[in-house]
Amino acid sequence: MTKFTPEVVINPSAGSETLARTICAAHDNRPDELLEIFHELQHELGYVPEETLPVIANALNRSRAEIYGVLTFYHEFRRTPGGRHTIKICRAEACQAMHTQQLCHHAEEKLRVKFGETTADGQFNLEAVYCLGNCALSPAVMIDNELYGCVDKERFDSIIADFDRGAAQ
Amino acid sequence: MTKVFVPRDAAALSMGANAVAKAIAAEAKKRNAKVEIVRNGSRGMLWLEPLVEVETAEGRVAYGPVKPEDVPGLFKAGFLKGESHKLSHGLTEEIPYFKNQERLTFARCGITDPLSIDDYRAHGGFEGLTKSLTMAPADIVAEVTTSGLRGRGGAAFPTGIKWKTVHDAKADQKYICCNADEGDSGTFADRMLMEGDPFCLIEGMTIAGIAVGATKGYIYCRSEYPHAAATLREAIRIATAANWLGRTIQGSPHDFELYVRVGAGAYVCGEETSMLESLEGRRGIVRFKPPLPAIEGLFGKPTVINNVLSLASVPTILAKGGEYYRDFGVGKSRGTLAFQLAGNIKQGGLVEKAFGVTARELIEGYGGGTLSGRPLRAVQFGGPLGAYLPNDKLDTPMDYEAFMKVDAMVGHGGIVVFDDTVDMAQMARFAMEFCTIESCGKCTPCRIGSTRGVETMDRIIADVDREKNLEILKDLCETMTDGSLCAMGGLTPLPVTSALRHFPEDFHRPARAEAAE
Repeated sequence: MTKFTPEVVINPSAGSETLARTICAAHDNRPDELLEIFHELQHELGYVPEETLPVIANALNRSRAEIYGVLTFYHEFRRTPGGRHTIKICRAEACQAMHTQQLCHHAEEKLRVKFGETTADGQFNLEAVYCLGNCALSPAVMIDNELYGCVDKERFDSIIADFDRGAAQ
Repeated sequence: MTKVFVPRDAAALSMGANAVAKAIAAEAKKRNAKVEIVRNGSRGMLWLEPLVEVETAEGRVAYGPVKPEDVPGLFKAGFLKGESHKLSHGLTEEIPYFKNQERLTFARCGITDPLSIDDYRAHGGFEGLTKSLTMAPADIVAEVTTSGLRGRGGAAFPTGIKWKTVHDAKADQKYICCNADEGDSGTFADRMLMEGDPFCLIEGMTIAGIAVGATKGYIYCRSEYPHAAATLREAIRIATAANWLGRTIQGSPHDFELYVRVGAGAYVCGEETSMLESLEGRRGIVRFKPPLPAIEGLFGKPTVINNVLSLASVPTILAKGGEYYRDFGVGKSRGTLAFQLAGNIKQGGLVEKAFGVTARELIEGYGGGTLSGRPLRAVQFGGPLGAYLPNDKLDTPMDYEAFMKVDAMVGHGGIVVFDDTVDMAQMARFAMEFCTIESCGKCTPCRIGSTRGVETMDRIIADVDREKNLEILKDLCETMTDGSLCAMGGLTPLPVTSALRHFPEDFHRPARAEAAE
């Protein structure tokens, strides 16, 4: 987890402008589908690169400022490349009632990052989230699109270990 | 062939349901047992997830929580015949938690295969829509008005009145928007329904479309719910192929198209006008009202905006009549609410009951008290913008008006339980902090008030000019309540002031060295 491996050097956005244009076209260049366009870009590239914004603005016939404004409004969208997996730990009330603060603290120590950062080996982004809809099985964690319930420190470590072994579901 | 049910609900998956399903398939193969695994929704007894059920002549027998390593033992004990095992709970329908509920909206959830139209129809699905296809739109609206249904998203506005406004509006295009941005902590009923009975929501939206003359609908599903979004998309595809959506539905003159849109992690997009902005591809900034969305909503057209559960209650209302639905509940709170027991609770899950059940009955009777076994200290009702109530207020009946009398809200039915380790000053601080993170920024009381609120709470916790800062906090809460544009800033003070009122001792503790964290 601590070793820096060359594979994390993400070659940013080669062809991202073309990709953005293609995705916009697939959405008929409809401005109301902007969130869907961002979702697809992020799905493909892991984030929404800066240089795609003028392309999108042009395709949707909106100003660059508007496109930028939308991108920066929503917590979900990344503007910089991150790690291979995104860990979201719920910090909302129901999970707090089950001491998610301790889990958060543990995660920061275990991964040696703060919330909002990426581990040195490029494996994980650590993010806070406010409710994953798993409030009866708190604390809840989501890694990429997989949801985990009743995550205590031990369960967290074993899930992380599975990912590090590449054995995650 | 024995049917074995393993839920596909995200909560069940979060406890390993996929691995359990795999283990059952593998063990069955090994033993040459004929097993059909059905991936159903969740029954809502979430502390038992993954809850595996086996179909027997007597009914479905429940086993849970099942881990993959339990599977060989279950086979050995004869669970395919419903034999006893240490994880057995007997017949699912006889488990008191389930048996004593009044399931109208969630009648099928956990019972059917969520993506089987045949299963849906076999359990009363599309009866309401079939009836609606033969009714005059105004009569459909009248039926919903009769039912007394009020917005289940939390604001509790009468659904029938909203529908009538859109019905009466003249426009070339109208829309139905389903608010599936279930961001409140302690709530998961929308998610459970979308994953466990998506056709029910589709049917409700289609009925709404026919009632008000809308031919297009959008479901705005939050991005934290990838399973729900995927299930909905698949269900829409299936329903369209079977002509329950699309053009000339079942040979009628009615058209209705439905789209899923996924949010992007903004809590405020659960506010209806902010959601409209987001659906139009913009920043989720709250709009001024008026104009009401019912007059000028999505793309400036008359729009019905309802919560998932409001819309999902409609098929039952149409199938069984508004009066049937109205006969459940008390006072002005008619029908049932899907209460969600969450946080520090032994038996967390979904309990659909008629309004009027007391909070204590839910928390102690169904929930079994705290999971930690420590004394219950506080309960937050209705999400992060809802009030905290102490133990001695739990005999309040769960209905909109009774809760208002104790300065609280029922909201979306979320109930988050805290034991005596909770620090209510920290919870009050968090309410403000959450508002700083999620405020759309349009109005000053919310945007700046919340930031000042966090700072003031930090001073109170650190015992800096405490009494003076408590006064400032109260004043700030008043400004936010009265001056904010929407419920985000307007209700953030509710958890703060309720914590202050019911748990003043937590605001007067000696400052700890690390008090401000």
